[in-house]
Amino acid sequence: MRLLLSLFLVLLLNACAGPQLRGTGDLGLIIERSSGHVTLVNTSTRQPYARIAGLGDLSHASAVYSRDGRYAFIFGRDGGLTKIDLLEAKIVKRVIQSGNAIGGSISQDGRIVVAQNYSPGGIKAFDAETLELLSEVPAEYAPGKFSKVVGLADTAGNKFAYALFEGGEIRVTDFSDPKQPKTQRFPAGSQPYDGLVTPDGRYFLAGLFGEDGVAMLDLWQPEKGARKILEKYGRGEEKLPVFKMPHLRGWSVAQGKAYLPAIGRHEVLVVDVATWKEVGRIPVRGQPVFVMARPDGRQIWVNFAFPDNGKIDVIDTLAGKVVHNMEPGKGILHMEFAPRGENIWLSARDDNKVVIYNTENFTKQGEIVADSPSGIFFTSRAVRIGF
Amino acid sequence: MSPNKLALALLAVSCVAWGSEPNAARQKELVHLVRQDCGSCHGMSLKGGLGPALLPENLRDKPAEGLTATIYYGRPGTPMPPWKQFMSEAEAAWIVDKLMTAFPE
Repeated sequence: MRLLLSLFLVLLLNACAGPQLRGTGDLGLIIERSSGHVTLVNTSTRQPYARIAGLGDLSHASAVYSRDGRYAFIFGRDGGLTKIDLLEAKIVKRVIQSGNAIGGSISQDGRIVVAQNYSPGGIKAFDAETLELLSEVPAEYAPGKFSKVVGLADTAGNKFAYALFEGGEIRVTDFSDPKQPKTQRFPAGSQPYDGLVTPDGRYFLAGLFGEDGVAMLDLWQPEKGARKILEKYGRGEEKLPVFKMPHLRGWSVAQGKAYLPAIGRHEVLVVDVATWKEVGRIPVRGQPVFVMARPDGRQIWVNFAFPDNGKIDVIDTLAGKVVHNMEPGKGILHMEFAPRGENIWLSARDDNKVVIYNTENFTKQGEIVADSPSGIFFTSRAVRIGF
Repeated sequence: MSPNKLALALLAVSCVAWGSEPNAARQKELVHLVRQDCGSCHGMSLKGGLGPALLPENLRDKPAEGLTATIYYGRPGTPMPPWKQFMSEAEAAWIVDKLMTAFPE
């Protein structure tokens, strides 16, 4: 009896000791697009540890992280901006900030969260602590005409680069005074559909849908204006239909070369980052959507638009060609590498699970049940430019 | 496409629209296709994204034949691709009919 009593006391004391301390470096989340849930995961155990409901319409949702990796800011399609605490596994704050949003970004100093909106077109800056609205910059490109905003990326000095789909321009908005933002505008080309900033934060690239080419702005020398690279890569050939827009977000710069999805061609375009000239093309098995480099740059993983969205091609950057094909599931929408790239997590929307593969030998490491999973976001993004 | 060909195509589309509905299993596939794959531009809840919203109030004033042709043949100069390799014209017409009334979940 005495033994039992002391055991009980020990348990009681443990319960009073408060939450167990832990870091956040190996945590992450999976967006469940159909049901407004996120599943929180641990990349060390490769297991889920909590599930949070009530995030609204999460089709095409994305997430960014606070500097400490504790909080995720999730941008939903319905304009919802939700701040989640990964340690306590709960919603801290949720606001509806627009009618139709596409994503967002967080400033270099971690104090400002910026949402990019389709409707009404523009960007809005929020205090990362409170989600209080600080300022907004409408994407008015001609009097009374507003554009959808695409490709928002954080750059040095609390500046954000983005592109206007209808407006055909690249913009850089400086939030160093968050209530008095200043915006520079650069003509870019026809129908920019997404953008990315290079890992060093120097170049902003906007893929063009309305013409063959990519618009590029040197953020170190913005006064030189945006210029076009990869012009006319289709050489007038008839384009193949594009059943889903490619995404440029996510580093695809590896070993001094940028790997970019072609539009209307089943190819990955390879560009030398020193000269910005095309140095190769790699044939793949569909219209590329995500072209993502493993953190060490040795591999590039490519997923595809409908109807090839069950396939994955893996490019070896040393060999310069596809070295592995796989069909890991139905409706592969997104992929995320473990922080140092030893495995990759793939969301198989129509199989209702996330599958995990070893990137060295391509063996399956496990799977996690999720309801129509789409985006997968790990806290390692917290410390990377452009994520 | 020449105006004559377009007229013929529209006629063909409006004729097949009278045809029978897709069977239940096929309807389920088409609903999944619209919500998930059309949804990547138009939004899973069809409230719009890079592509326009496809709710009944957005489509009310548009002729069904034209919408069916947009799905089937795509719209050159916009990101809307042709979906003809994945469905018949009658199925495209069925999708339009459902979009204009109440699209199944």
